[in-house]
Amino acid sequence: MQAKLLLSALTFAVAGLAQAAEIRVMCYQDGVECDVTAEQAKRFEAANPGTKVVIDTVPYKTINEQLPVQLAAGQGPDIARVTDLGGLSKYYLDISKLVKDPKQWDANFGATQPWLRPSAADKGIYGFMSQLTMTGPYVNKTLFEQAKVALPGPKATWEEWVAATNQVAKATQLKAGMAWDRSGHRFAGPAISYGAKILDAQGNLTLDTGYKTTINKFVGWHKDGSMLKDVWGGSGGSTYADSVGEFVNGRVAMVLSGSWQINRLQKDVGNKFDWVAVPNPCGPAACSGIPGGAAWVALKTSKSPKEVAAFMDFISSETSYAEFTGKTKNIPAHQGLAKKGVSYADAAPAQRAALGVFSAGVANLATEAFVFQGYKYNRAIMFPTVTRVTQAIVGESSVDEAINKLNADMVDAVKQATK
Amino acid sequence: MASSVLAFFFNLFEPFFKFGQKHLGFSKLGWLFVGPNLLVFGLFTFLPILINLIYAATGGVNLMPAERPYVGGENFGILFECRDYFDITTCRKDIFWRAILNTVQFSVIQVTLMVLLSLMTALVLNRKIIGRGFWRGVFFYPVLLSPVVVALIWKWLLQNEGAFNAGLVAMGSQPVEWLTTGSWAFFWTVFVSIWAHMGFYTLILLAGLQAIPKDMYEAAEMDAASPWRTLTKITLPLLMPNLIVVLVLAMIRAVQIFDEVFVLTGGGPGSATTFIVQFIYQTGFAEQIHLYGLAAAASLVLAVGLMTLTFVQLKLTKANEAGKRAR
Repeated sequence: MQAKLLLSALTFAVAGLAQAAEIRVMCYQDGVECDVTAEQAKRFEAANPGTKVVIDTVPYKTINEQLPVQLAAGQGPDIARVTDLGGLSKYYLDISKLVKDPKQWDANFGATQPWLRPSAADKGIYGFMSQLTMTGPYVNKTLFEQAKVALPGPKATWEEWVAATNQVAKATQLKAGMAWDRSGHRFAGPAISYGAKILDAQGNLTLDTGYKTTINKFVGWHKDGSMLKDVWGGSGGSTYADSVGEFVNGRVAMVLSGSWQINRLQKDVGNKFDWVAVPNPCGPAACSGIPGGAAWVALKTSKSPKEVAAFMDFISSETSYAEFTGKTKNIPAHQGLAKKGVSYADAAPAQRAALGVFSAGVANLATEAFVFQGYKYNRAIMFPTVTRVTQAIVGESSVDEAINKLNADMVDAVKQATK
Repeated sequence: MASSVLAFFFNLFEPFFKFGQKHLGFSKLGWLFVGPNLLVFGLFTFLPILINLIYAATGGVNLMPAERPYVGGENFGILFECRDYFDITTCRKDIFWRAILNTVQFSVIQVTLMVLLSLMTALVLNRKIIGRGFWRGVFFYPVLLSPVVVALIWKWLLQNEGAFNAGLVAMGSQPVEWLTTGSWAFFWTVFVSIWAHMGFYTLILLAGLQAIPKDMYEAAEMDAASPWRTLTKITLPLLMPNLIVVLVLAMIRAVQIFDEVFVLTGGGPGSATTFIVQFIYQTGFAEQIHLYGLAAAASLVLAVGLMTLTFVQLKLTKANEAGKRAR
């Protein structure tokens, strides 16, 4: 009798083990993105007994530097939240045959699906954008008021903003008026506004006049003290450095960063000063930032593709997506939800205003900005831009030398990447 | 009791040795002893070297060697391509050359200062001074800290809004851009690395000083030898083996510098504090188009440099031993 009981218990245990599938999700968060996903995962587990979802919250650096190496070695999680959308596309798993309703996916995420696809002809479903982001500036309104300088209007140029922040810096004894994140992605927004196409007619990277003009202006603004040298000049190589830290500490009146910083600003600035997001300043060609964001992607390394597709269906559903967007205070990439509007119920007035500015700004994004974001090798220009422009800023090279070197680095990187 | 436990322990291996002796013969039995070590070295030292060679001879951005096209010496060609070898700005990978020059400059300055300061500190700490144990602890303490912690402490002190500038401003001076001016950033990388590691080298020299027989100094005192003569004729010659060890270890460590500097300055401003290991790391891993082949080629150049230093160490040690025998 005892032996029979033991045998039945073992049979049940083995059967349970055979059914249980574990999905590992590698996630980074700017705010509470992974925490919200973990809450949703618990609900998914309750509705899908036998599937366990483990959310591994990691630093952004891990997603950038370690995940690609893991994937190249044939290892990695089942799902990841990534920002190098095109660069990692060869590792994405096509779940179009596994999701419940592929048409719904196309209807809700059709505009951003091409960013995840390895080629233009591909029609697969590899994941979805967890949020849409947009690069753009923040302004310390209190400093402008103290300096009695009026905020430039929505169509103001970069030159007008530089002049205004210089006045603020002078009146309030700041070291410099403005700073940009040390990032080629952030740099690309003003470059497109100054007329850069970045990709030529054949779809290859090119350093055109607009891009070169922006480099010249940006280096010039550092040399004349309009830009805070610490952010770009304070590091070597292509290391990312954000300017929001300087903004929070009241060291500059304006920074160029992006919509993903809204929560951080609300948390870190609190009531120290009034801050506002403003539309991207204009150049002769556009008033554009760069769209972007993070995407949840299914990965080929998964041994449980069905469960992965089920979980992706769950978190991409309008209900889950609305919850995620509302709690993380991001701009939705879900077209259905974007049309209906998101209720940012617990957002502070400054957060809600900033979200409004960024959401409205999506309409002003230049076509080149979308094309650039979706270009597979966009990092081949982003990273050398940071390295070479910094060299010009700190005086290691002239602007012309920096541009020549940037061009050579870019060509080398694309050549290697396409081997 | 202890001996019987030991005997029991060794007897456990007896059948194994007998088996080896029978099948390998006495002359080849040694291989059986070094086998485990060879296996570990093979897996974790020689195999990575071989893999590195494969990467250096292949191109593209794929990680798996089988997916990488063979390019022969192309990666070395890229690294060494210059229009004018006397002007590194004309080199295709000028940052690689800047990193090499920075590393050489850093190694020469840092090692010279490190050895001199460690020697001076060891000489002072070897004397009967008040609180000698405390001072020995003070100098050794930074060695116990993680390089990242060291760098973060100094970054906090040196950043533009840091403690040093706060002090300067409080005294009515202008703040200094310690980490965003190339020359200052280089100075602080040297200073911080010496501060962090000097205790270790001081300890080696202190051990050497304590091994010098006291009667030598007593004889010198009786002969009324001056302190300088005692130092140059007794202390330094007898300390030479330790000094050589310190010199070579410090040099190898200086060539490999990465962690503290990466956290402290990120290699900047520009490339003012970019050293060879950081160049390898950034080329292979930090840039999102991973140029593993170029990074592997650069690491082989670094390996050649380190092998040369090791060779010099061996030569110096042999020369020192030969000198001893001649005396």
